[in-house]
Amino acid sequence: MKSEDGFLLPSSRLEKVQSWGMNREALAYVYRPSTVDGIREALNDAHRAGRTVGIRGGGCSYGDASINSENVVLDITRMNRILRWDPQEGIIEIEPGVTLQRLWQYVIGDGWWPPVVSGTMFVTMGGAVGMNYHGKNNYKMGPIGEHVLEFDLLLADGTIVTCSREQRPDVFYAAIGGFGMLGCFTRLVMKMKRVYSGLLEVEAFATSTFTEIARVFEQRMAVDDYLVGWIDCLATSNGRGRGLVHAARYLKPGDDSSANQTLQIAYQDLPETLFGLVPKSIMWRFLKPFSNDTGMRLINWARYFMGSTVGNNKTTRQSHAAFAFLLDYVPNWKRVYLPGGLVQYQSFVPAEHAAACFDQQMEICSKYKVFPWLGVFKRHRTDNFLMTHAVDGYSLALDFPVRKRSADRLKQAICEMNRVVLESGGRFYFAKDSMLTPDDANAYLGQDVIARFRQIKRELDPDGLWQTDLSRRLFGNWNSDTAPNRALQEAR
Amino acid sequence: MSTGWQRAIIVGASSGIGEALARQLAKSGCKVAIVSRREHELKRLSDSILAAGDRAAAPLWYVHDVNDTENASALLQEISHDLGGLDLLIYSAGVMPLNPDDSYDLTADLQAISVNVCGAVAWCNAAAERFAKQRGGTIVGISSVAGDRGRRGFPVYSASKAFVDTYLEGLRNRVGRLGVKVVTVKPGPVDTPLVNGLDKKKLPMLISSDEAAEIILRGCSHDGVLYVPGKWRPVMWIVRHVPSFVFKRLNV
Repeated sequence: MKSEDGFLLPSSRLEKVQSWGMNREALAYVYRPSTVDGIREALNDAHRAGRTVGIRGGGCSYGDASINSENVVLDITRMNRILRWDPQEGIIEIEPGVTLQRLWQYVIGDGWWPPVVSGTMFVTMGGAVGMNYHGKNNYKMGPIGEHVLEFDLLLADGTIVTCSREQRPDVFYAAIGGFGMLGCFTRLVMKMKRVYSGLLEVEAFATSTFTEIARVFEQRMAVDDYLVGWIDCLATSNGRGRGLVHAARYLKPGDDSSANQTLQIAYQDLPETLFGLVPKSIMWRFLKPFSNDTGMRLINWARYFMGSTVGNNKTTRQSHAAFAFLLDYVPNWKRVYLPGGLVQYQSFVPAEHAAACFDQQMEICSKYKVFPWLGVFKRHRTDNFLMTHAVDGYSLALDFPVRKRSADRLKQAICEMNRVVLESGGRFYFAKDSMLTPDDANAYLGQDVIARFRQIKRELDPDGLWQTDLSRRLFGNWNSDTAPNRALQEAR
Repeated sequence: MSTGWQRAIIVGASSGIGEALARQLAKSGCKVAIVSRREHELKRLSDSILAAGDRAAAPLWYVHDVNDTENASALLQEISHDLGGLDLLIYSAGVMPLNPDDSYDLTADLQAISVNVCGAVAWCNAAAERFAKQRGGTIVGISSVAGDRGRRGFPVYSASKAFVDTYLEGLRNRVGRLGVKVVTVKPGPVDTPLVNGLDKKKLPMLISSDEAAEIILRGCSHDGVLYVPGKWRPVMWIVRHVPSFVFKRLNV
């Protein structure tokens, strides 16, 4: 695409856009429309200037999924109205910029909770559906897409198409998880989950290997509504795979005699201080001295030690928000990873290979001397969405600090881990990724799926208007006949 | 040699120091955009860089006259898009009108001001605005030791380089605190087309443009003033401190 009439995007719109992991950043022309017409104006500007458009919500993708370097970034956070709420049926109609925080706070008082929530509440629901995010209950509730009843999608030409399981199902199953490549959601209709208390019954216990944690998950899947494992990735080889499991169940009607109170927003709020003492907002500064492998080894060890002794086999009641939004407990904790930021490596591996595959990953990490400071283990199941990342198995999410001197080793380690995951029939997740190659994407998605997605993309967006750094990294310019660069061509 | 820069624009790249910088940056793996008035020179340079390296090293080239200051910002925007971002801007366009003692050529003098001063301001301003938002990036302006004193042989050239020195200092003070590096490069005589009208044998400490480019790329990781080669720093310190009544009697 090339500028038609010498039209330039206003340089006043140029802003730095950063990935959530703080390891990628770029300048882009940021538009923040608050109406559908506002989006159309941005598209029109982009079209005239010959630039592409990348959609950005809360900016919570770890990698480059919401960055569109030197092109237009459509920030949808101001499209944040709640259009309709039916507290009888639990059906809500929202604009895409509504955050998960706003959503749960809006519905909880009526006895509802979002059926699938992420570890942070600052994602927008547009972004959540675009990435088809999952939660700690993926094995039970599937990804968020399974709870979307209908949506409006604004296409590259400015028209709006309404999709559901009955109406344009091909687009419905491709745009959910379609990482913003088919259009911009302008309206989402979702079904919430009925809850009878603001509390969950949470059980915690320690496990010592990947095989054991997987076995525990298999046993608990039928009874528990949420399951999440934490892995001490800095444990030495004797303790490899040791971790803690947190299992949670919804309460049944009558279990909570003060349900009226616990379903209040105020009751759900995360505490302002940690240990009743330290204001949360400065907590990350206390963590900063531990921001090295030794410090993190100590913190991980301490957590495992506490969890496997005083906390072992304890049952407590915790609010939904406190259990769900672990990432929001310590605001700005990710700054501990500065200056280099962090890469999250999450792989999804079929159940039969999972324990062996994750063991191998740990071995690769120690071989290259790159140590994840945090490891999170979850159970998943398959779904019907075209670009799905889920498998009938487990995922392990590893947070690696990015440092100049270990950057090459980290790259090599991830390369090697990718091979192991692909050999096990595993998959990856665009919201987390910053390292995959086109070959990796081909391998796990399959040629047929990519061809099908390309076909839908060509129909809805023939000029390849919707792009991001991630899409270019993995799928090129979509349109192979689009000239990459005028000067480059002329130079030949 | 890896320089750490990924994407660079060199304005005034078709000859001299700019050309040498373009070659060396391309060789280091940096994506280079070359900007110059002369299309055939750009093609020649682009082809020869391509011949020396692999395909990935192919520079992007853009025909642009630095007198056309109004379009500098737009072109910077376009090139940044084509490069996928920008970390380094080098302004190395420059002309030196020769004014023998008895001649005054206003057209040539104004042309020198336009290229050396106005063009530099147009490009470096645009880059500074972008880099300030980016909280990073390097601006390199090629000035000259000539800017340290008003010289009888080229009053306007000296003055234009003095402008560049002070302008870049101001820019450094403005955006340096935002993480942007601004480097004032002050070469002594370099064997480039710029000095073609002079007697090269008489030029002190003459170096080749390749040598100059090497020193510049090595030195530009820190901001500040970079003499090329470094020994000009003490020399020019002395020259700057020669009292006027002495300096005007000297034959320099």
